[in-house]
Order: sequence, then C-alpha cells, then structure tokens
Amino acid sequence: MKALCWHSPKDIRCDEVPDPKIEHPRDAIIKVTSCAICGSDLHLYDGYMPGMENGDVMGHEFMGEVVEVGADSKHALKVGDRVVIPFTIICGECDQCQRGNFSVCERSNRNRDVADKMFGHATAGLFGYTHLTGGYPGGQAEYVRVPYADKTHIKIPSTGLSDEQVLFLGDIFPTGWQAAVQCDIQPTDTVAVWGCGPVGQMTIRSAILLGAQQVIAIDNVPERLAMAQAGGATVINFAEESVVARLNDLTDGKGPEKCIDAVGMEAHAGGSIDAVYDKVKQSMMLETDRPHVVREMMYVCRPAGTLSIPGVYGGVLDKIPFGAAMNKGLTIRMGQTHVNRWTDDLLRRIEEGQIDPSFVVTHRVDLAEGPGMYKTFRDKEDGCVKVVLHP
Amino acid sequence: MMSRTNVFPQTAHSMARGLGWFSIGLGLAELLAPRALTRGLGMEGNEQIVQAYGVREIATGIGILSSNQPAPWIWGRVGGDALDIATLAAGLQQDNPKKDNVELALVAVAGVTALDVVCGTSLARRLSPPRRRRSAIDYHRRTGFPKPAHQMRGAARDFEVPRDMRTPEALRPFPTIPFPSD
Repeated sequence: MKALCWHSPKDIRCDEVPDPKIEHPRDAIIKVTSCAICGSDLHLYDGYMPGMENGDVMGHEFMGEVVEVGADSKHALKVGDRVVIPFTIICGECDQCQRGNFSVCERSNRNRDVADKMFGHATAGLFGYTHLTGGYPGGQAEYVRVPYADKTHIKIPSTGLSDEQVLFLGDIFPTGWQAAVQCDIQPTDTVAVWGCGPVGQMTIRSAILLGAQQVIAIDNVPERLAMAQAGGATVINFAEESVVARLNDLTDGKGPEKCIDAVGMEAHAGGSIDAVYDKVKQSMMLETDRPHVVREMMYVCRPAGTLSIPGVYGGVLDKIPFGAAMNKGLTIRMGQTHVNRWTDDLLRRIEEGQIDPSFVVTHRVDLAEGPGMYKTFRDKEDGCVKVVLHP
Repeated sequence: MMSRTNVFPQTAHSMARGLGWFSIGLGLAELLAPRALTRGLGMEGNEQIVQAYGVREIATGIGILSSNQPAPWIWGRVGGDALDIATLAAGLQQDNPKKDNVELALVAVAGVTALDVVCGTSLARRLSPPRRRRSAIDYHRRTGFPKPAHQMRGAARDFEVPRDMRTPEALRPFPTIPFPSD
C-alpha cells in the first residue's frame, strides 16, 4: 500500500510499504477514505520531536471503513462500519480510561519503558507520532491497523454527513473543544487564543459556543485572522501591534481571564528578543521548544485566571516566568486530548448543524501529493490552513 | 516499517547543517585561539581580524541552523570564504616562514568554498516556485456556523463541564462591592 513515511527532518515521502495485518484479537484494519495533516505533524516534519525512526508512517487524523476485525473487537465493530479514529489509542479499561483521561491510557503505549524515562510516566499510544508514544504506524496511508479497535473508534452513523464534516472528530475539533472546556468559560469571560491554525480555529468556535463574552485571536497570517474573525473573534495581528498592550486595551487593563495556547513548541514571534533567543538555542540543540506563547500568556493573563495549553510541547522549556504565574495564582491546564470523552457530544452538535468543522479545509489533494503539502502547510503558503488527503 | 521507491533528495539540507556546525566550530576556534592560528600561519598581529572572522562564522552558522531557508546564509558563507582567501593571500609573501601552511590553508578554504557553492546552488534549485500568497484569499465567510457568529454565542451552554475541569466555586466570578472613591 501507499503511505507517507518520515525519513528525516523535512523528508517525508509517499512510499510503498507492506499492508497492515491483524496482530492482536482486539485489532481492526481500516481502509482510509480521508486523512489530514495536523499542525503537530509539523513538529515531526521539522525534526523537533524526538523518537522518530526512518520509515515511520505519518498521520494521526484519519477515518475510513472497517475492512477486517479481530475476534475480540467483533462485539463493537463489523466490516463496512464507517469510523473516525481518535489519535489517542485507548484500552478503555485501565484506571485512567475509566476516569475519562484517555490521553494518558496506561496500557496502549507499547514503548512504556522509553516513555517512562522521558516523561516520568508513560502516556497513551498515539498513531504516527514517535516511538515515545508507541511507534504505531499512522493514518496517512491506504490502510491502518487500529489496536484496541473495540474502544479506539468513533462510529459515524449513516446520516449523510460527509467525510470532511466528521474527520476532525479524531483530533482538532475535540482538541479545540477541550482547550475551551478546561477553561470552564463563564459568560463574563474574555478568552484569548494564541494561534489561528486549525486547532486555534476550532478553539475559537468552541469558546463562542460555550458562551464567552469576548474571544480574541492572535496570529500574523491575514487569511487565518480573517477566518478567526468569521468565527466570532476580535483579532490581533502580532506583526502589527503589541499583543500585551492590545489585550489589556480590550479588557479594561485587566487582561483576559482565560488564555489558550494553540501554538505549541514552534512559536514564531517575529523579532521579539525571547523569540530570537529561542531560535538560536533551539538551532544549537540547547533548547527543545520555543515557548514564547507560554511566556506571554503568563504575563498578560488576569490574576486568578486560567491558562489552557492544547499546543504540543516536547521537552525542556527555558525562561518561563513562573514567578508571574505563581504570584498571580494562575491555574494551568494542559495535555493531549481525551478525544473519546467529547466525541459523542460533538458528533451530536455536528448532526444538529450547530457547527460544521469542514469550514477549515483549504486544500484537498491525493495522498501522493502529501509530501509537498507538508511544506505548503508549514510555510502557510497559498492560504493553507488545513490539508485533507485522499488515499 | 521499511519503505522503498521515491527518492527525495535531502543531501543539500544535510550538507547545509554540516556546514552550519562547521562554521560554529571554526568560529569558536578563531574566537578563542586567534594567537595559535596566526602563529601557525606566520601572520602574527592579525589576531583581532581572526576573532572578528570568528564572530562572523558563528553568526553564519547559527543562521544556517536556525533557518528553514538556509540558502542565503550559505551564500553568506561564500562571501566570507572570499574574504578568508583574500586575507590568507596576504600571507603568501616570500619572507613568511610559514608560507607552506598558508598554502595548505588556502587549499582547505578553496575546498570548503566549493562545498558552499555546491550546497547553495542545490538549495536554490530546490526552492519551491515563488510563494503564491493569494492576497485575494477571503475566508471571511468560513464561519463554521449556520448563523452569524454572534447569534451562536452560548449555543452550547447545555454542555456540562466535567467536574475535574470546573473552576472551584470559590474562584468563580462573584459580585464585588466597589471601593468608595477617594
């Protein structure tokens, strides 16, 4: 089958690889009908996430049709079922899964030893996302083996929804939703969202739906800011104005109550001193992440406010103003998304027409064109916000 | 999972990274040990120039390693190589007892210059077509909502925030009594 494979930083190719097979009775094989490039795939593309190996199949946002089911998953799935696969692989039985903390499933990461060493304790297995999270082949492929398939799926009813309307239930929609939910938005809140990429766009709409009084979106790409504005946000172009000054202006000098980092480890902050500092240190392998957004959020957030961090970080962060965060009594919530915790509710909202997540798709191409689209997406060329690939 | 087919050349980027690290290494040597270098070349008295070249090498190296488009930095290295060659040429006088070392250094710089040119040319060839930043792209209608966004505010207030994600009651907003003005 064809699949997009990582070979080294900035080297992803459409390769011919062996078809996946059932390896465990709880597995299923999915024929992929649509998949997407996620912003967090770019951290792998750029080589900032450790744990990738030559030939790893990329992709953790995909959906398709079940073509084979292991004996122990037959009670939950049958051949022909249409499913979206969450990027977090879940056993559904461990203590964390029972609590709904699916992204830290205790059993699905088959490389626990490595992950334990890196993070202290392992997190869930993820598709196509480094050997720290299990090294599972991803979904930018014609077929995928889904481990723990009886739990790791979202079944899509035949109600006429298109792939693009439901595909993002596997990652960016619940990620944006959780980012907003964990802020516990109150009707009087101002929510500031850094980053107007796909997750930022979903976060903005989630914050609006959850009733924030004001949502402010921060980016420097005009078309992404336009999309944010369409979703109900007041926008700040950080290339043209001071983010801190403008946020204070928009909140009577008090700062936003809720701040959301939808950027993560590769922040681009123009020529700010800390951004240059991060770039130099990261290029010399003296720092793993560029945490400009975390610094800015801690500084500008209203005392007793909340920081929510869905943006992905990989390692050790430098020069974090923890004194500001501590003294202002900020609450910090973060983590990979507990996808299945939200998907029943979000699927209902899509079915009811409350939101149509396909608004974010700007590019549709064949799988073979995927390698080129990584660069287009990374460089934000051609108005690219979200790429959907068709195997 | 092993793969085959499609070779996508990454040599130029790998070479650029190698040259970036080489720049930093050479720059550090020039910055920290200028006397040893000038003595070896029979060019004593040029220590400050060597240190300045060291700073240039380090800056170029960092530029190469931190940029997604390292080509301009590589061409910057070529310019620096020309400067190095011109400076070394001054050491080719007959009365320089270390003239042989200068000749060796010139050969080495010429070799690295060739690598820089090959790398810079390959990177330029690999550059994508000019950016198609479509200024006319208009995403103002991509709301994702069935109604204007302001009418959707709070449409999901039926959602019950799970108890582990709720703000503790004591931290929720509550009416406050304003301070009397002075």
